[in-house]
Amino acid sequence: MPSSVISVAGVRKTYGQTVAVDDVSFEVRDGEIFGLIGPNGAGKTTTMECVEGIRKPDRGAISVLGLDPFRDVYQLQERIGVQLQQSHLQKRIKVWEAVHLWASLYKKPISHGERLLDQLGLAEKRNAWFMTLSGGQQQRLFIALALINDPEVVFLDELTTGLDPQARRAIWELVRGIRARGKTVFMTTHLMEEAERLCDRVAIIEHGRIIDVDTPQGLIDKHVPDRTVVLTTEDPRAEELFRARRSVVDVTHAAAQFTIQGRGDGFITDVIQCLAEHQVRVGSFRTEQPTLEDVFLKLTGHSIRD
Amino acid sequence: MMMRGLFHLTWLEIKIFLREPLGAIGTLFVPVAVFLLVGRAMNRGSAGPRTPDGVEFLQSGLPVLVSVFMAISAVISLITIISIYREGGILKRLRATPLRPHTILSAHVLSKLLFTAFTLTLMVLAGRRFYPAGLQAPMISFAFALLLSTLSILSIGFVIASVVPTARFAQPVSALIFYPMIGLSGLFVPVEALPSALQWVAKMLPMTYVVSLLSGIWTGDPWSAHLGDLGALAIAGAVFVALSARVFRWE
Repeated sequence: MPSSVISVAGVRKTYGQTVAVDDVSFEVRDGEIFGLIGPNGAGKTTTMECVEGIRKPDRGAISVLGLDPFRDVYQLQERIGVQLQQSHLQKRIKVWEAVHLWASLYKKPISHGERLLDQLGLAEKRNAWFMTLSGGQQQRLFIALALINDPEVVFLDELTTGLDPQARRAIWELVRGIRARGKTVFMTTHLMEEAERLCDRVAIIEHGRIIDVDTPQGLIDKHVPDRTVVLTTEDPRAEELFRARRSVVDVTHAAAQFTIQGRGDGFITDVIQCLAEHQVRVGSFRTEQPTLEDVFLKLTGHSIRD
Repeated sequence: MMMRGLFHLTWLEIKIFLREPLGAIGTLFVPVAVFLLVGRAMNRGSAGPRTPDGVEFLQSGLPVLVSVFMAISAVISLITIISIYREGGILKRLRATPLRPHTILSAHVLSKLLFTAFTLTLMVLAGRRFYPAGLQAPMISFAFALLLSTLSILSIGFVIASVVPTARFAQPVSALIFYPMIGLSGLFVPVEALPSALQWVAKMLPMTYVVSLLSGIWTGDPWSAHLGDLGALAIAGAVFVALSARVFRWE
């Protein structure tokens, strides 16, 4: 198993009377994309900022690349890259000026600023003021700044919030590219689709507590093992035949449309075999896969968008 | 290493400031224009420099007044920028780099001092050519006095920038704090001529020492005659910097 790059144990942080995060523990492994997912206000950003060394936790231990992020913050900042949620730069700073400023701040010599702009599709915007960039361009600039010091760990907080679907997909590709270069990515998102498509492992956080940590598929298999087949058939024997199969849990139908719920890896094969054995004529057939969204619903009793 | 960051950021902040035409013109040229226009208007007016008071005002009052306004506009500009940067998350973003917090703030102080020095130079150059009363003040000493005064007042700016809730309030709140100070500073009415309660208030305000220092140096006093003013400004600066270090918020 790859060694862990970030380890968080029993972290608690309060703001006045409000407990932002409580007893949060998890590990981020070398070279993975790790996602902290949960609704707004769940404690994602607070957790991330404690790990980045921007905030000091009230209790608990955090280690990043073997350093204490709060005590060794300047040492750590040389080795990590950070994109903050909803941050801005000076309105009239030019793209290349921001990149050059950032490049001048690190101890190691940095010469790939212009190449980064190229790779992130910002080369033609290098003389543009920050205020004139679109949301997607601003985020790409922030990614460039987070990558400027060739960091070992990259922190991305709500990277695609407010972007249109096309810009979002482009950013996902960039994040995969970061992983492909051997870097570890620690990100937060409240978009379950984003987590499912991008993250190797996710931690679900709600009300400041981690509920579970696993791969997206692992969480789905564990918490919502049910699979669903939706098909249409005029065959009068259908309901009876489906109910007779062992993997089937429930069958409901409205007119000719049947919704069959089942459990286990063999369920869908089982339904197909049943149709074949009894020569049931089917008008349409589709399967429904549960998503992280369903996992969240199951674990918290409400949708992440509520 | 950090010095490089400081110079880089200072230079960048200067460029960024100059890209906003209104702010740049207001800071750099309006004081000079006021200085020349008021000077010429007074010279022509009936109550002009023929009266001894008028001559004195032209020779030292107006240049000092304009200088005080330069210092105040630098402070208000600093407060406004800091609150805009905080509200927009720019301060926080800069702090999540190896930049030390005091480097970020020093860059702004440095850029304000450079603007003040530039405007003063412009005022002197334009004054030599167009100002009716002529300028015979010891300019190097005066520039030094003005920069020290500005630095001391900027420290108050940090405290105000720490407590104004939003950028929208920054400008009116700081104008309300600084401009009334001029009234008690001894620039128009000597402090000794004020009612005793107001005298006491005036002595608590750093602006009073700024005006005393600037007027004195302008009219040729040696530095040794103003050690009290320098001490007061140094104490004010130290107290307000210490206070702002406690109350400053980055987000």
